[in-house]
Amino acid sequence: MSKLGEIISRNEDHIRADWMKHMASSLQRADLMSKLELEEQSKALLTSIVRGVSSGETDDPSGAAWSSARELLQDISASRARQGFTPSETASFVLSLKQPLFAVIRRELSGSQDELFDALWKCTLLLDKLSLITIETYMATREELISRQQQELLELSTPVVKLWDGILALPIIGTLDSSRTQVVMEELLQTVVATNSKFAIIDITGVPTVDTLVAQHLLKTITAARLMGAECIISGVRPQIAQTIVHLGINLEDVITKAKLADAFALALQKSGRTVVRASAAANGSAPVSPAIQKEG
Amino acid sequence: MTVVKSEQLPLQSSSDVVSARQRVRQFAIELRFSLVDQTKLVTAASELARNALDHGRGGQMSIEVINGAARTGLKLVFEDNGPGIPDIEAALKDGFTTGAGMGLGLGGSKRLVNEFAIESEVGKGTKVTVVRWK
Amino acid sequence: MERIPILRMGPFLLITIQVDMHDKLAMQLQDDVAQRISDWGSAGVLIDISSLEIVDSFIGRMLANIAAMSRVLGADTVVVGMQPAVAITLVELGMSLPGVRTALNVESGMELLYGTLGTSLGAAHDRSEV
Repeated sequence: MSKLGEIISRNEDHIRADWMKHMASSLQRADLMSKLELEEQSKALLTSIVRGVSSGETDDPSGAAWSSARELLQDISASRARQGFTPSETASFVLSLKQPLFAVIRRELSGSQDELFDALWKCTLLLDKLSLITIETYMATREELISRQQQELLELSTPVVKLWDGILALPIIGTLDSSRTQVVMEELLQTVVATNSKFAIIDITGVPTVDTLVAQHLLKTITAARLMGAECIISGVRPQIAQTIVHLGINLEDVITKAKLADAFALALQKSGRTVVRASAAANGSAPVSPAIQKEG
Repeated sequence: MTVVKSEQLPLQSSSDVVSARQRVRQFAIELRFSLVDQTKLVTAASELARNALDHGRGGQMSIEVINGAARTGLKLVFEDNGPGIPDIEAALKDGFTTGAGMGLGLGGSKRLVNEFAIESEVGKGTKVTVVRWK
Repeated sequence: MERIPILRMGPFLLITIQVDMHDKLAMQLQDDVAQRISDWGSAGVLIDISSLEIVDSFIGRMLANIAAMSRVLGADTVVVGMQPAVAITLVELGMSLPGVRTALNVESGMELLYGTLGTSLGAAHDRSEV
């Protein structure tokens, strides 16, 4: 069907001018994209369509001749998605090309009804398929954006706190799924290295449920820390959680668990060779002052 | 899915295994994978390359940079003309084995990547394809 | 053939792995460690892997083997400095290296070894007298 290709390429400039003129102002979104940018996008798209149509494969835009058109559409759609265009706006951008194209086709093929119908049909099929590409890319881009934002949110919501020299605390608030576990693990382990901390207290007071999966995630974190030479203590185990753990037969034999963060802290201090001494006793000199914890906090 | 760049490496000796994983590392760095994702992919490559060498009696690895709908990834294919794997399901299960077994290699590698596919025929060879998206 | 150097530090052996090891090099290291413990009657082995960016199942098994073998020869092993990305990957791979003691760095690793020195030093002395 290179006739269609001929027609389009011969009238390329006219089609483009027509397209721009008739593109509804709502589609232009002047608030999101400058006129110049829009013109450039339109020009590039039309050129790539001409290339594809000229190859003769007008029915199927998934062939090799259409690869530059496809990539261009994916780029356009992805960048528009990021800029905040709605999927309809982006698809309509492609579909609005129908009107100027049909006008040109009708003018050129007005002599033959069959040829006219054929060309119009091929044209509409093609543009429909191309606009579908933009929709799919749009969805994929939005999903990627959302998951990246979720990631950033995750990172913000699990701060690693230094309780004392060599003792870290990681209070987890909310559910612990596998992607969150990744983020949590990475941050914890990096902080372990950066602060040279031998102990990490993972407090799960704020974790609503602990099922086998959550327990697995916790165990992964603990094992990874262990491989690096740091010991984890789990604190904030509520009575219901303790029951669930036993019920599910989760094996926490190698893990030290404490009901309260304070107890876990005391244990970590003890294991690192420190004791807490009352200030008055220290002042009297009746108890060893170092390495007692003083008010330096 | 389009292939942007690809390379082929032989796996005929244990130093080939090292070169292979170093090359994968370079590709991953170029594509700006996170450090953890890099490490996972390179480790998977090491496991699978070693399998092709030890179990498959030598083979080759290909690295391809691929573009999906809105993301970039690295695709690695490990092929050998070795004895093949009679029971793939069993091979995928974790299990530390001494001697010529694959131990954690296959099942473990599966967990380190986003996509994993394996074809094997006894007497013909094995082909493992893995993808890690950025 | 190149080998990973094994340094003697008093009663201990210090091994710093800084190269991307191919399998033969790893096997050679295992043999060399066993030999050295035997030659010098070492009471402990400290393996510094802080430069290793990859630890796959083969290297993991090597570390576990060295630890197990040293124990049989009367020495303690501590592996130090595993990088976070490596630890995360190893766990995902399914390796937890249960028989291997670990520490954050060479300093804490030495502390660990000295800590257990009391118990094993006696044994080392007996060996060297034989």
